[in-house]
Amino acid sequence: MGDSVFFYAFAALAILGALGTVLFRSAVHCSLALMTSLLGVAGLYLMQGAEFLFAVQIVLYIGGIMVLFLFVIMLVNLDQAAKLKQFNGQTPLAVLAILGTGAAFYAFLAKGVATLPAPASATVMTGGNTENVADLLFTSYLLPFEVASVLLLVAVVGSVLMAGKGGTR
Amino acid sequence: MITINHYLAVSATLLLIGTLGVLTRRNIVVILMSIELILNAVNVNLIAFSKYHNQVTGQVFAIFVIAVAVAEAAVGLGVLIALFRNKGSVQADEVDLLKW
Amino acid sequence: MITYSATDHFILLPALLLGMFGIAVLLLDFLFPKDIKGRGWLVGIAISGLVFAGWQLWEQHRYLAEHGMTPLTGFNGALVLDNFAIFFNGIVLVSAALVMLISYRYLENEHEHHAEYYALVLFATFGAFFIITGVDMVTIFIGLETMAVSFYVLVGFLRGDKRSNEAAMKYLLLGGFSTGLLIYGFSIFYGLTGSTTLIALASVVPARGPHDPLLYLGIVTTLAGLLFKIGAAPFHMWAPDTYEGAPTTVTAFLAVASKTASFALLLRVLAVGLSGARPQWEPLLTGAAVLSLTIGNLAAITQSNVKRMLAYSSIAHAGYLLLGVVAGNDTGLIGVAIYLLTYAFMTIGAFLVLVALRRKGAAVETIDDLAALSRRYPSYALLMLVFLLSLAGIPPTAGFIGKYYIFLALVESGKYGLAILGALYVAVSLYYYFRLVRSMFFVESTEAQVLAPSNGVRLALAITGMATVAMGVLPEPFIRMAAASLGR
Repeated sequence: MGDSVFFYAFAALAILGALGTVLFRSAVHCSLALMTSLLGVAGLYLMQGAEFLFAVQIVLYIGGIMVLFLFVIMLVNLDQAAKLKQFNGQTPLAVLAILGTGAAFYAFLAKGVATLPAPASATVMTGGNTENVADLLFTSYLLPFEVASVLLLVAVVGSVLMAGKGGTR
Repeated sequence: MITINHYLAVSATLLLIGTLGVLTRRNIVVILMSIELILNAVNVNLIAFSKYHNQVTGQVFAIFVIAVAVAEAAVGLGVLIALFRNKGSVQADEVDLLKW
Repeated sequence: MITYSATDHFILLPALLLGMFGIAVLLLDFLFPKDIKGRGWLVGIAISGLVFAGWQLWEQHRYLAEHGMTPLTGFNGALVLDNFAIFFNGIVLVSAALVMLISYRYLENEHEHHAEYYALVLFATFGAFFIITGVDMVTIFIGLETMAVSFYVLVGFLRGDKRSNEAAMKYLLLGGFSTGLLIYGFSIFYGLTGSTTLIALASVVPARGPHDPLLYLGIVTTLAGLLFKIGAAPFHMWAPDTYEGAPTTVTAFLAVASKTASFALLLRVLAVGLSGARPQWEPLLTGAAVLSLTIGNLAAITQSNVKRMLAYSSIAHAGYLLLGVVAGNDTGLIGVAIYLLTYAFMTIGAFLVLVALRRKGAAVETIDDLAALSRRYPSYALLMLVFLLSLAGIPPTAGFIGKYYIFLALVESGKYGLAILGALYVAVSLYYYFRLVRSMFFVESTEAQVLAPSNGVRLALAITGMATVAMGVLPEPFIRMAAASLGR
């Protein structure tokens, strides 16, 4: 009972926040709505026993990425942009397409979930969630972990290069 | 009773809303935010399946998705600043030297 | 327990070298003062990184040949070293090396940074390695993103140029969106198997019937993401803008390396993970192929910008390549492999001519800019003619064999309609390629001074030109290489 109350609360937070992100006029409002949505998603992580991800979501996503977004919004000064038309010409078409795709999506999911393989016999995981995640991350997924370091290096080099002053023309 | 269906439905909804944002918004910052929404939809999926299979593999996968989201947002905002400096606009369809 | 076996090391070595040289380029640029006689030596370091990586690939090939071609797996099944991986990695490495050769002078002309450019090219190659070699979805995904983010930055490398900014922005927004779709598909596959390897996916697919809803959802979203990456219709919108706005050297690299790596991934996902679900993905792929051929070829006719025209023609090429996959037999797959090999040389060659013809202050871009080229610079005109003939698929140039194999495969598998359609579009493509030829050979123009090409450009032109002719005249060894890459 308590479970479903929390689920619906977090799910509503996530979905309403997402709607706000897409529909609000001012980019600052959009980013606040996105934070709400991310918070809802973080709650869903917590309910699924992913405590480590919950922390990552709050600290890194909401604390890091969203601050970056807000910073850029302030930097490029969107006051002018907020007065303009916010949706492009293909909006009605896109809404129709999304509704159609959405119906198909839910139908497929509803039929599909019944066909999921039976979950593996409940092996009791010892240790805390963070410990288990770390164990897996640094054994089976060590290679992608190391590759991700290069990805982040590329991102650092790229964003410094792009945002820096340069070009002689 | 909350089952995996509910989580998958939330995820699908987030994916669709994010797609709507990418397709309809003119403001580039908001399009970038919509892409973040899509990546979050993927994460909800991964976490739900991870719980369903009684593993943490999906959670590890989700960590990588977050790392990618960070990288994309950082570079995207960097490119946005470069564009704004040259052009003074952040509307996707005013970026019109090339056809959209 | 963290384990790192000798096998792991052996498989990873090419990527390790690429990554280390990339970091070395960045650090050395930082350590040495800016005024020591330009930055030419950085290209040397970057190219030697590619050469070392290529040498390791060769060692891996020798090892496999000595051990009866049994694939090696490393990192708990995340990477698979087989001839397929070596072949496609080889194409990406060669294209990176060719692009390095032409980039130094290009960057000098544009007054742009050198170190970051070379490092990003190396990192993109590094990412491509994991796309091509990986069979684990997490590894593939991270490799794909490493390559994609490197390309976003490379496309926007001319920060002072509005068109470059816009191209990067569009590529990034649509690329990020397609990544989201792809990874959503991967998350469904994870749900179906409880594992992130494509091999586990292959083992559950046959048990699921032809109308399995979750599998279908996964296939549709994954394919949408992949079609974006290979630049096939209906997800091709980024290609013309990005090709036109990016620095021409980057366009050449993007057209070849990104397409090759993404196609290798498409083949891996469909042939390893989803071979049992062919009835589900084949109609989707057929539709995408026909649409790509139509949109690519018809839109190319009306273009006046050469880079844009080549972009639409690359969409059409993606269509031919997809037809090879749709054919579904060995001939078709060999056709795809050989097509990608020849495509690398002829595409880089065509963009190279544009780079070489750069004038003081302005790049050569429109078809009119090429007018009377045969009188002004007969050697360039002749080379461009060879590349265009090859792109159109006229014997005896390299482009012919790829198309020949793909049409042969379609006929062998009884898909006559698709074969005829493909052949018709070859005729259409002749029209727009020959529009360029006409401008070069039969249109008068005033003289325009071209900057003298660097030795790197000359060398790269010689390599691509000779390769394009050699593969057309003597296709045998190359066909054997392509067949071996697929274990045939």
